Amino acid sequence: MTTETATERVPLARKDFVSDQEVRWCPGCGDYSILAQTQKLMPDLGIPREKIVFISGIGCSSRLPYYMNTYGFHSIHGRAPTIATGLKASRPDLQVWVITGDGDGLSIGGNHLLHILRRNLDVVIVLFNNRIYGLTKGQYSPTSEIGKRTKSSPMGTIDYPVNPLSVAIGAEASFVARSLDIDVHHLLSTLDRAAHHKGTSFVEVYQNCNVFNDGAFMEFADKDVRPDRTVQLEHGKPLIFGKERNKGIRLNGTTVEVVDLGNGVSESDLLVHDETREDPAVAYILARLQHPPYPVPMGVFRAVERPTYEDLMDKQIADAVTREGEGDLEALLSEGDTWTVE
Amino acid sequence: MSTSDGNTAKKSADVLELDRVTIRFAGDSGDGSQVAGLQFTNTAALIGNDISTVPEIPAEIRAPAGSLPGVSSFQVSFSSYDIHTPGDAPDVLVAMNPAALKTNLSDLPKGGTVIVNTDEFNDVNLRKAAYEANPLTDGAISGYRVIKVPITTMNARALKDSGLNTKQIDRCKNFFALGLMFWLYERPLEPTLRWIDTKFAKNPAVAKANADTLKAGHNFGETAELFPVHYRVPKAHLAPGRYRSITGNEATALGFLAASRLSGRPLFYGSYPITPASDILQELARFKNFGVKTFQAEDEIAAIGSAIGAAFGGCLGLTGTSGPGLALKSEALGLAVMVELPIVVAMIQRSGPSTGMPTKTEQADLLQAMFGRNGECPVAIVAPATPGECFDMAIEAFRIAIRHMVPTIFLSDGYLGTSSEPWRLPALADLPKIEVKFATDPETFRPYVRDPVTLARPWAVPGTPGLEHRIGGLEKADVTGNVSYDAENHDRMVRFRAEKVARIANDIPDLKIIGEQDGSLLVLGWGSTYGPALSAVQRAQARGLSVSHAHLRYLNPFPSNLGDVLQRFDRVLIPEMNLGQLLILIRSRYLVDAVGLNQVTGRAFKIAQIEEKVNELARSKVTVG
Repeated sequence: MTTETATERVPLARKDFVSDQEVRWCPGCGDYSILAQTQKLMPDLGIPREKIVFISGIGCSSRLPYYMNTYGFHSIHGRAPTIATGLKASRPDLQVWVITGDGDGLSIGGNHLLHILRRNLDVVIVLFNNRIYGLTKGQYSPTSEIGKRTKSSPMGTIDYPVNPLSVAIGAEASFVARSLDIDVHHLLSTLDRAAHHKGTSFVEVYQNCNVFNDGAFMEFADKDVRPDRTVQLEHGKPLIFGKERNKGIRLNGTTVEVVDLGNGVSESDLLVHDETREDPAVAYILARLQHPPYPVPMGVFRAVERPTYEDLMDKQIADAVTREGEGDLEALLSEGDTWTVE
Repeated sequence: MSTSDGNTAKKSADVLELDRVTIRFAGDSGDGSQVAGLQFTNTAALIGNDISTVPEIPAEIRAPAGSLPGVSSFQVSFSSYDIHTPGDAPDVLVAMNPAALKTNLSDLPKGGTVIVNTDEFNDVNLRKAAYEANPLTDGAISGYRVIKVPITTMNARALKDSGLNTKQIDRCKNFFALGLMFWLYERPLEPTLRWIDTKFAKNPAVAKANADTLKAGHNFGETAELFPVHYRVPKAHLAPGRYRSITGNEATALGFLAASRLSGRPLFYGSYPITPASDILQELARFKNFGVKTFQAEDEIAAIGSAIGAAFGGCLGLTGTSGPGLALKSEALGLAVMVELPIVVAMIQRSGPSTGMPTKTEQADLLQAMFGRNGECPVAIVAPATPGECFDMAIEAFRIAIRHMVPTIFLSDGYLGTSSEPWRLPALADLPKIEVKFATDPETFRPYVRDPVTLARPWAVPGTPGLEHRIGGLEKADVTGNVSYDAENHDRMVRFRAEKVARIANDIPDLKIIGEQDGSLLVLGWGSTYGPALSAVQRAQARGLSVSHAHLRYLNPFPSNLGDVLQRFDRVLIPEMNLGQLLILIRSRYLVDAVGLNQVTGRAFKIAQIEEKVNELARSKVTVG
């Protein structure tokens, strides 16, 4: 996402983006990390603070705008994309971020998420996925794994979970990425990529809820096992992973194979990541990989160029003015047949 | 010919002069009754009659041809005096097929004129219209003056050399009927010929065919001996000025556009298509060279969400809908109340509940507009009385929303939206100014500090340095706008929001009484009951009854003199197209024993219905001497 940069201003620091509000997430929550990386990123964007707007829905994640010293709008459940759409379409000069969660974005607000992604407004959407309802204290969410026992599913859930990236790629979003709350460098660089992409950027962040769903991602996200159980997506590079960098992903037709390098298998046999591929099929295949048996792909799945909604809207207006001239209200009012009464 | 309005007719040679005529064009929805009616309307308006129209369109896009649900009609009333309704009943029914005759004949008073297209009265069509015998021959329409014209064959004969195929030729037959009606009522053909030229500019063969059959219909009237006389309705005496014909929804769209001009702020319209509000989306989508942005949202909630987003950004945030859509928007409307942003909801009511009857009118969403949200959640409500007035009240909706930083509902209905009347073009200089003051000073800015007069909070838009702040649906602390669960604060903020809306009463005109300023009966209306209520009162006044009329254009808050007005009359009658919703508000607010006249048929009141109730309730004027 791009916005004109400020000139003749004192460069801002992270502290300039910290609001005066006390942060009220539970101690140990993954949200703290996402907030910290977001605040850290802001000065590097070079955008004046007053031009930045954070919009959220309802849920733990959606508290984030209160803690950003920018313009902010903590709206109603699931509807942040709609408010962001109206704001960005009418004020393309603003840098707009949507903060949402797995319940807010994929359950009550699923419809809006689909439509903002396909329209491709130039906004960043960060979806905190903790696979649980935290604010309402522990019911299962649309991303909870099947069979999960929660307060509202004492015998285990029977809902087949939704994969956020499948939704985003299915909607042919122009930018789709995944990161991890505790991998702060990766998170920062992913948010940075998202902020610089022109079009809707969708970032899923695996976020630990240490109260209601602690350790949800530890099986592959724990520092010790992460190199073997995740794979970093890097544009133009083969999919290699493992502590020893000795394993890779090979695509056999539409089937994904995990292979050991050596013994006749070389890097040239591996899938080379191409985030700019128009066809979303490969990105979709990668998005569905789960541990076990696959490493979980992290990074940018897809980054393609497509005109933004607000640019197309402004272009139609410019074209109409070119074709018909600036609107003349008096002439419009008297459009069609008129008559005069003396 | 007799007219339903009890009008007078003066005979002079073969031309009879009337002061009002009401014609209903009815046919299959593919027969072009709407186009014929609109052309007749425009022509009548152009030669100086007062006009009032109402379409009746089937819910089905294309019901089976010739079937009863497929009938579409258009009623136009034109007159030599000021009229307020499209007529209680038609004087003339043009029935293009048996189904059109069957569905409309009962509205025609005995003695009225029926012009039937005899060609369509064949066995197949009679069966589709559920006629067991041919009504043209079995005496079913003996009480009417029936004029039988083989419109389909005469049209085909007129166009046999047009080069068009049979289907194309058949589609022109509405203009044959229109030409005939133009002859019968001494209307010029030129405006329609001009319209044909523009409309079919890219298809000269079709243009010529329509023009030819229009003339053929006119010539048929002149040469056939079916009509011993034809009729003339002289010009009406309207206020001087330049006029056009306009529907309520057209006027609504223009009013919002004007509000954008008057405020100097861009207009953003987020809407999801819904009958009968979709016209507004389509109209505003044409105004791109005015900088208007229209957004066809994925649903009703997204539509209002986008309007709230646009308002947050300092634009005129507008959404539009009808009853079911307002229900879906209610949570977001509550958010707009909480964050105190000036959005406007154009609410074009239709018959409910649930999906109800989408193409039929009703006023049963007043209480939804007033109270249909969680919590104490007041919004401002304005309601236009006539199609033309939709323009003024649309401007008024934004003026109030912005000055008072309050969501405002513009409460129209399907009848107002689709009816048309002559509209005197406003002088732009006479329109009210809409002053916009954005907060800019970081030293004094607090998100929820209030204007001492209006209690409005500041409008602080992103992009303003030093005013970075956060708003949202959680309760706000007074002044700072921070999240607050404090008991006293919540009570104070609830009362602020109520008082802020109440104070709008200081900023709107007093309610005017038409007629005696006190007396035995006040007829109090709102919305589209204006026309029949006013006409009924005028008739009763002419007969010496003590009755006055007042019409509410501001429903929340009410004009500040309403309580006083109500006290001046012995009785208050409230006609509404619902089961008594304004009645509930008036009775509870003012402790007045008002009575209702209620109808929920999906149709507007007839003048006679209200007049009958007035006769029952009003006493004669006290005459002195």
